Amino acid sequence: MSQILRQYTVSTRRSTELVLLVGAWLVGVFAWILVDAASNSGSLGGWSALLSAGLLLLCAHSVVRWQAPYADPVLLPCVALLNMLGLAMIHRLDVANAARAAANNSPQPTPDVYLQLTWMLLGLILFSLIIAFLRNHRRLAQFTFTSGLFGIVLLFLPLVPGIGNVVNGGRLWISILGFTFQPGELAKIALAIFFAGYLVGRRHTLAHVRGSILGIGVPRFRDVGPLILVWFIALLVLVLEHDLGTSLLLFGLFTVLLYVATSRRSWVIIGALLLTVGGSAAHFAFGHVRIRFSIWLDPFSQANGDGFQIVQSLYGLANGGLFGTGWGQGYPQLVPFAKTDFITSALGEELGLAGLIAILLIYAIVVERGARAAVGTRDPFGNLLAIALTTVIGLQAFIVIGGVTRLIPLTGLTTPFMSYGGSSLVANYILVALLIRISNSARAPENFALDLPKSEVSA
Amino acid sequence: MIRQINRVTGVLIFLILVLIVNVSYVQVFKAKELRQAPGNQRVLLNEYSRARGAILIGSESVAKSKSTSDSLKYLRTYPNKSTYAPITGFYSLVYGATGLEQAQNDILAGNDSRFFVNRLQQLFANRKPTGGTIRLTINSEAQDVAMRALGGRTGAVVAIDPKTGALLALASSPSFNPNLLSSHNATSIQNNYELLNNDPRQPMLNRPLAMTLPPGSTFKLITAAAALESGKFTAASKIPGPKRLKFKNSTKYLNNWTGKECGPNGKTTLKNALAISCNTSFAWLGMNLGQDKISEQARKFGFENSFQVPMTSATSRFPQNLDGAQTAMSAIGQFDVRATALQMAMVSAGIENSGVVMKPYLVDKVLGPDLSILQNATPSAFGRAVSETSAKALQDMMVAVVNNGTGSNARIAGVRVGGKTGTAETSPGSPAHAWFVGWANAGGKHVAVAVVLENGGGATEVSGNGLAAPIAASVMRAVLSK
Repeated sequence: MSQILRQYTVSTRRSTELVLLVGAWLVGVFAWILVDAASNSGSLGGWSALLSAGLLLLCAHSVVRWQAPYADPVLLPCVALLNMLGLAMIHRLDVANAARAAANNSPQPTPDVYLQLTWMLLGLILFSLIIAFLRNHRRLAQFTFTSGLFGIVLLFLPLVPGIGNVVNGGRLWISILGFTFQPGELAKIALAIFFAGYLVGRRHTLAHVRGSILGIGVPRFRDVGPLILVWFIALLVLVLEHDLGTSLLLFGLFTVLLYVATSRRSWVIIGALLLTVGGSAAHFAFGHVRIRFSIWLDPFSQANGDGFQIVQSLYGLANGGLFGTGWGQGYPQLVPFAKTDFITSALGEELGLAGLIAILLIYAIVVERGARAAVGTRDPFGNLLAIALTTVIGLQAFIVIGGVTRLIPLTGLTTPFMSYGGSSLVANYILVALLIRISNSARAPENFALDLPKSEVSA
Repeated sequence: MIRQINRVTGVLIFLILVLIVNVSYVQVFKAKELRQAPGNQRVLLNEYSRARGAILIGSESVAKSKSTSDSLKYLRTYPNKSTYAPITGFYSLVYGATGLEQAQNDILAGNDSRFFVNRLQQLFANRKPTGGTIRLTINSEAQDVAMRALGGRTGAVVAIDPKTGALLALASSPSFNPNLLSSHNATSIQNNYELLNNDPRQPMLNRPLAMTLPPGSTFKLITAAAALESGKFTAASKIPGPKRLKFKNSTKYLNNWTGKECGPNGKTTLKNALAISCNTSFAWLGMNLGQDKISEQARKFGFENSFQVPMTSATSRFPQNLDGAQTAMSAIGQFDVRATALQMAMVSAGIENSGVVMKPYLVDKVLGPDLSILQNATPSAFGRAVSETSAKALQDMMVAVVNNGTGSNARIAGVRVGGKTGTAETSPGSPAHAWFVGWANAGGKHVAVAVVLENGGGATEVSGNGLAAPIAASVMRAVLSK
């Protein structure tokens, strides 16, 4: 009897998580020290920032240890590492901005890193609250339509006069009480919950096929309705808010979920067709989409015009080369929006190809770990929600990093966990909290114990 | 559903791998092209962000980088201002680099392959690479004396160690202050450059290396060398030296500059002809030897060649396809004969060095960022110009020039000095160029010099002995510490 019980004892691996987390924090600390060493500036303020970041991560770890002991031990350290690298790079760019202001005799700008640290605090508070109070992710299925409505409202909030804000040609911001927020970041989570909840009940009907065209099974028209609707919403976002990135992300997410839920490849093909049609229509209809395409195809002919950002980004990456210039020793400040969309090229310049590949592999690990939770959890809603959240991170990283490295047209999204920006960081910590919650149920021993007679377990 | 999840995961991981392939392409394979793209500021910023190596004379920097607080982290400074400008050149944000700054850029910037190990160390120590330092062969006292003696007059001075080819002085006048062009203020650089560039006296021109001028009577050394080498003449050979000489196949005559015969009955020795710089004797020698012999002799001294010192010198030329009169005029360094001051210093140095001409060079040592010696200069011969016997005879003849002839102002008490003056006619109406080439040795030290004052440096009475010989003497004294 005791042997059987020992057999089903699952290691929680919480200490592994703690060790990895300390490692992630130390990477950030060393990066910060190197930045300060390169700029010959004292870093007394830096230590309080680093210590508080470490303390915040330690608190988050404690909440996980206490409330989700079987959670995946790698997810939190991975995103913490990305977060710490992001903080170090934002600090590094703060230093560059301060130096430039000093050279121009203009007033010193407020460092952004402390505000980002505040957002990290808020993100980790929400992370902890979700871990502590959402004991079972299945409860979210009850809020399927509430989430859907919430997501759509969030998505179109920037259009509301008075609070909507136009930044760099995109209408993706709202400002309330002096704080600006990008509601699209939260919308993607709400919509992920909605899609998962909606599809989990309808996956069998959606899988019905009526006839086929060219060997591709065509679903019944009334089942295509929701896809058309989402496609329409994505187009609307593009048209009304000029937000290419979010619309691409939402559309990709929904196509992936339809495919997973129904096991029908035809959805992928239909999705790809709709994307092509929507994309080409947008290309012909909107000047800003055409510009994005033309600077993707040939940025150098417009190096001082529309192509400036991407060209500077590529110069930065080239300057980094194989091993990078080292923290604080490149010129990432020459790239516009280096703290937000272009933080990847800033890191690529200073950490080189070696560093950038390491960062990309961290994203790959996050994706793999998210997928492991998706596969491991026993309920279809959990499967769908976990792969939805995983897809959001993976796809978003691909869209933005692919954009700044000129693999695909530049669309403008934040780099998950690294970019400067509160809404993005907070939303992504919420997202990871949900993934960790699902991974806990995937790895918790009751899953294995279910097949055993109750008496044996309790004995 | 599980299988689909795995497929989606596979696709997401695949997308990340595509990102990795793409950044590898951008950061490694395409990087060079991107770095060299016009409009990529980073290249310039990178170059300025490194401590460029210093240019040293002894242990004193004549060009060095000091750190600044602006975005271009290092400022190039030249503590001696214009004195070494012909050697260092300038290093400018707007106009690139000249002189050694350009010719030795790979070493000074630290790009040279010899710094590979250093660069690796710096890579792992996460330090900015620093450039290498070069130490010059220049004798600071000789350079100083030469620049001061020229005193702003248009001209050049070259001093060489005849045994090695090491350049001891390389003076160009008027000179310029390279600090004016190496600042970080583009507007002031442009203004200063315009001023210098529009100056009719061309202060940025490196005269000893770049300016080819008719060498006048100093070229008689080469004609004399050709005569001795031909075997038909010795220093004591009696040759014609009439008051005026009729050109071959021509009705025209060449008059002696003294207006007198060079010796009794219009005859004199070769030695005396050089000592008193007898035009008719050397014109006669030219016609007697023929253009090919003289051209060949000039080539052996370095004519028709350019030298990397490491800056590239202009090519000195002896004209081809001459008629009798042109051959005669060329033999006395007129007509279309053109030589740099460097070339004439090499002629003198070759004679002093028993007939062997050494390749001229400026860089004595290449030092790593930690001042370890990466390379020592290895003197090498350009070739033998004349036999030892001829060299000995030419030396005696040149000593006679200084002791009993036209080069009296080059005398240094207690030192064996040889020389040859020159007054090169230019276009009618403008003053002649005053030349002096010579050598001296004392106490195991050797020096050969060439001095030229273009158009007499503005003097009304132009003579090589009057204007150029005193400068040569003072530079030689500086080298020999006499």
